[in-house]
Amino acid sequence: MGAHPQPAAGDAARDNAFRQELTRLIPQLRAFARTLCGDATAADDLAQDAMLKAWDARQSFQMGTNMKAWTFMILRNQFYSEKRRSWRQTQLDQEVAERTLVAVDDPEAPVALDELRQGLGMLPAEQREALILVGAGGFAYEEAAAICNCAVGTVKSRVSRARRALQGILETGDYDRDNASAGDAMATILAHAERLSSGK
Amino acid sequence: MKRPRNKAPNLDEARLRQQAIGVRLRQMFDEVVSEPVPDEFLALLHKADERRSGES
Repeated sequence: MGAHPQPAAGDAARDNAFRQELTRLIPQLRAFARTLCGDATAADDLAQDAMLKAWDARQSFQMGTNMKAWTFMILRNQFYSEKRRSWRQTQLDQEVAERTLVAVDDPEAPVALDELRQGLGMLPAEQREALILVGAGGFAYEEAAAICNCAVGTVKSRVSRARRALQGILETGDYDRDNASAGDAMATILAHAERLSSGK
Repeated sequence: MKRPRNKAPNLDEARLRQQAIGVRLRQMFDEVVSEPVPDEFLALLHKADERRSGES
């Protein structure tokens, strides 16, 4: 950035721009936190902490670079440093899953979402976060690698292993549910995808 | 029913299944994204911003 005749005013303008951008990212941070924590309340605590951390560290952010990736990295570091919930604990029990789930129109959909969450919970931590970042968060492999502080090739292999493992879990019904029969979760997900692609 | 190309039906099916999981995964994420942001977030950020203004 060029020299400002009035540094204080320049800082204020920069802070305002930063704050606006950070505000726009809150929904994304909440979503990422939810995938890490599982529990919605713990996730919002995490997202709030990450938001405030990002605000406090705003001087070290280069305006114009990818703030979403930067804040996701802060949130991820926060999560691991606090260890507020171990990855194993995020294998959700039914009750937590039901509280966490968002009601959707399709009566079948919550079931498959629940199973998808449980399936995700069974993946190794590093595979799950890689899959979430690339498959849902909209990050390129390079960005996900920066967020997870690892090599691009590592992210790629984690994502592909996560995809295969998740498919296997959903097809065999090998998640933590007593009454699930084999292949049900995958069948529900497939049916949902077909409705999406055929209908609206 | 005749399928024009069924040389590698397993591959096609695997791809379809992966796509279906991908759609679901994004939907799961997007559902949270589309939730209204709790007021607490904005209040906290506002408070932090005021602290900054008070300092300068």
